[in-house]
Parts: sequence; C-alpha cells; structure tokens
Amino acid sequence: MDMQNIENQLGDLKSQIEAVDKKTAENKLAMIVFSGDLDKVLASFVIATGAVAMGMDVVMFFTFWGTSVLRDKKKNVGGKDVMGKMFGTMLPKGTSDVKLSKMNMGGMGTTMMKSLMKKKNVASLEEMISLAEELGVRIYVCEMSMDLMGFKREEFIDYKGMDFAGVATFLQEAQNSKVQLFI
Amino acid sequence: MSDDIQVAKVFDLKGLACPMPVVKISKGIKEVEVGQIVEALTTDPGSLSDFPAWAKTSGNEIVKTEQEDKLIKFFIKRLT
Repeated sequence: MDMQNIENQLGDLKSQIEAVDKKTAENKLAMIVFSGDLDKVLASFVIATGAVAMGMDVVMFFTFWGTSVLRDKKKNVGGKDVMGKMFGTMLPKGTSDVKLSKMNMGGMGTTMMKSLMKKKNVASLEEMISLAEELGVRIYVCEMSMDLMGFKREEFIDYKGMDFAGVATFLQEAQNSKVQLFI
Repeated sequence: MSDDIQVAKVFDLKGLACPMPVVKISKGIKEVEVGQIVEALTTDPGSLSDFPAWAKTSGNEIVKTEQEDKLIKFFIKRLT
C-alpha cells in the first residue's frame, strides 16, 4: 500500500515537472521588426547575429514597413492591382533603397552614413542579412502586411529559413522566448 | 607576457566592428578541442566588455586579457 502511494506521488511529480518544463522559456530571442528604416533594421540584425553568437536561437518577424526591406530589387512580379503597384513603387524595394530614420537629408545623409560605415568597417545591411542566414536566424514575413501593400512572395529575397506567417506564429515563438524585442 | 599560455589557434579580428568580433569568435572557438586555448586579437573597444559577456553566456573562460595601445588580446579557453 505504501509502495503504491509513493509510486502515485512520483507520477504526480513527474507530470508536474513536465508542465514546468513546458512553461520554461527557451534560450531564444523573438524580435518584431516593424521599422523599415536603415538604422533600425541594421540594429535588428546586429542584435540577431550577436544573439546567435551568445548561443541563442533567433527568430525575426518582419511586419509593416519592415517587410519592404526584404524585397529583392531584381525581382519583378506582375498581376498587381493599382494600389499594389503604387505601394510597390513608392515603398523602398530592398536593402539598397532603405533610408536612415534621421538625418536622411534627401538621401545624402544615408549615402554619407553608408560610406562612413565602410570606412569604420561596420558591416552593411546586405552583409548582415547574409550573415544572419548563414548563422541560421529564422525570418517570418507578416502575410497581412504583404497583402495590405500588395507584395507577393515571389518578390522577396532568397533566404534560407524565411517563411510567411501571421501574428499567432510570432506569439507562439515569443511565448517561450527569454527575450522579446519590438523594433 | 603570456609565454606560459599554450595557444591552439589565433584569430585576428582587428578592425572589425560590433557584432563581428563576437560572432567570429563564437564560430572560431569550435575549431579547437574543449580545454584548448585560443587567442583573439581585437581593436574594437567594445569587445573589452563584450568578450567577457559572451564567454560567461556561452560557458567559456577568458583566462587572460592583455592590452597594448588599441590592441586587445584575449586568451579564451574552450569549456563547452
């Protein structure tokens, strides 16, 4: 009878530990990249790649203005409606089009910053994105933003580990991440 | 000087800016065996606080740090 009791208690303990395990956050960084500004997107990738170096699993969720950064300048897709075409042309297409959030000065500031970055040996946004890919940083692109702005999957950059998803996917990732950021 | 430290591999990270030194060393340290020591050379002043932070988080040990003008030398023992 006593043995039975102990066994029952052990079983209870086991299921409790399993429940705690499920709730414990993983060593993971979940980041929302909302901004489409060069400086903020660059900072996002610096943090993302740094986090991988620190041994973390990293997932980035690109939404709203951020989605536009991941478009490929060389890729053109047809079949867009008038609004889609308008957004497509007016918003930056890819990393080479994105501007600083401050001191852009009609593009002059951004050009100056880029040459300064080169001089100071700071990696460019393009380099940071391919480094992130190499390091296994996962990227989700918000389907709703894409739909809103008329972006199509075919016009996004080739990035191993890029997927298209919605808010629930991000929240599921964020829920068990130790660190969450909104940029 | 650090003549007493047996260095298995040297990583020249001079001139690189954040986050590259930490990204490179985190990959590089895996090229040596656990217990071996690597030497990392940086010129990024931020690495003075970044390397200890990285070592602590990744479970490796900085056995020695040297500074000569702008050059910083880290001797890091791979523990994991």
